[in-house]
Amino acid sequence: MRSVIDILDLTPDELMELIETAQDIIANPAKYAEACHGKMLATLFFEPSTRTRMSFEAAMYELGGNVISVTGAGTSSAAKGESMADTAKTVSCYADIIAVRHPKEGSAYVMAKNATIPVINGGDGGHSHPTQTLADLLTIYREKGRFENLTIGLCGDLKFGRTVHSLIQAMSRYTGNRFVLISPEELKVPSYVKKDILQQQNIPYEQTTDLEAAMPQLDILYMTRVQRERFFNEEDYLRLKDSYILNMDKLKHAKEDLSILHPLPRVNEISVAVDDDPRACYFKQVLNGKYMRMALILKLLKEAHNEH
Amino acid sequence: MNIDSIQNGIVIDHISAGKGMKLYELLGLDKLDASVAIIKNVHSDKMGKKDIIKIDADIPVDVDVIGFVDPGATVNVIKNEKLAEKRNIEMPNRLVNVIKCKNPRCITSTEQELDHIFKLTDKVNKVYRCLYCETKAN
Repeated sequence: MRSVIDILDLTPDELMELIETAQDIIANPAKYAEACHGKMLATLFFEPSTRTRMSFEAAMYELGGNVISVTGAGTSSAAKGESMADTAKTVSCYADIIAVRHPKEGSAYVMAKNATIPVINGGDGGHSHPTQTLADLLTIYREKGRFENLTIGLCGDLKFGRTVHSLIQAMSRYTGNRFVLISPEELKVPSYVKKDILQQQNIPYEQTTDLEAAMPQLDILYMTRVQRERFFNEEDYLRLKDSYILNMDKLKHAKEDLSILHPLPRVNEISVAVDDDPRACYFKQVLNGKYMRMALILKLLKEAHNEH
Repeated sequence: MNIDSIQNGIVIDHISAGKGMKLYELLGLDKLDASVAIIKNVHSDKMGKKDIIKIDADIPVDVDVIGFVDPGATVNVIKNEKLAEKRNIEMPNRLVNVIKCKNPRCITSTEQELDHIFKLTDKVNKVYRCLYCETKAN
């Protein structure tokens, strides 16, 4: 059964197919209003989430399908000690497709191995969050019209930021891109991302702590939040949380056609004044996320149907 | 230093110096009810120094474990005090329940009865990563 656990589970051709479907949904929503009639999405969110869960649910409702959901480990059988494997087998009896978020890394993989229906990873701890990357990619494509020859700045928590790792993986598959990795020393990109992705494929990148100095060269600036929930130590979090704050002053040095992305939620790393700047794309990104989740649900349900 | 030759058993030779003990532990030889000798820092013309493990019992040894710890080691099966078989060691593509993932955020830290699986992601640098969370094995 086909599931999507990591962004690399999708080939570049499949990504383009999803982008085309999403653009068709945007252009002709009525055509898709009953596309998932009679189908059930189970959203299993064992970790706090507002936008990802709502995005999945809105996506399914807009396709004419239904949704059942579990939120929070405390209210589910997981609190009674049920294994991930058993939860997967049980939910497979109720639904046609699963979207799962869980704080443990690799949890979505375990769910997919045990489910008899497609599983979409809605975020497994600090590991992978492929549908956020789908939102990022559609936003980049709609704003820039291409995936090649872009200078992409990633700023903030590049260590625990799973969306950052997935975006680097995804954009590394296209030619002519370079990365500017902007973070405090303690929150640098993990060595495996540098070694296994960037260096292995000879992709140019630079590491810096200076956002302002990096700004003029960027086509895309991907801001991230320093996530409290990824720290074992509150002291470290408090010390690093305000490392980068993007404001209109810093944007003076940016290109006119810069696209500012952020996976949201934002705390204070982008000043509210930036929201009105035409370069701010992060709320469009939220909407794009819903369209890409619609496209992905459609694709996986179609593949599952063809398998039976 | 003399270690008696063995009649029927296994000799793991050409172990990189210092890795003999790790191999002893991962092969579970501490639980074996037979004579086992770990010889450390033996002079070797080829390697300078090497470790050797001699097991005085004809037991099945997990060559994947040896391939993970030291793919340069050799396994010699001894029968009637003679070399009966020489097994080539290769780095395994997957390691199942040999080592545990040390990432406290990994699903293997809480999900019971889950196999601990590592896959070879970089043969040149001998890098194994957890199948679930992709953390590098130490």
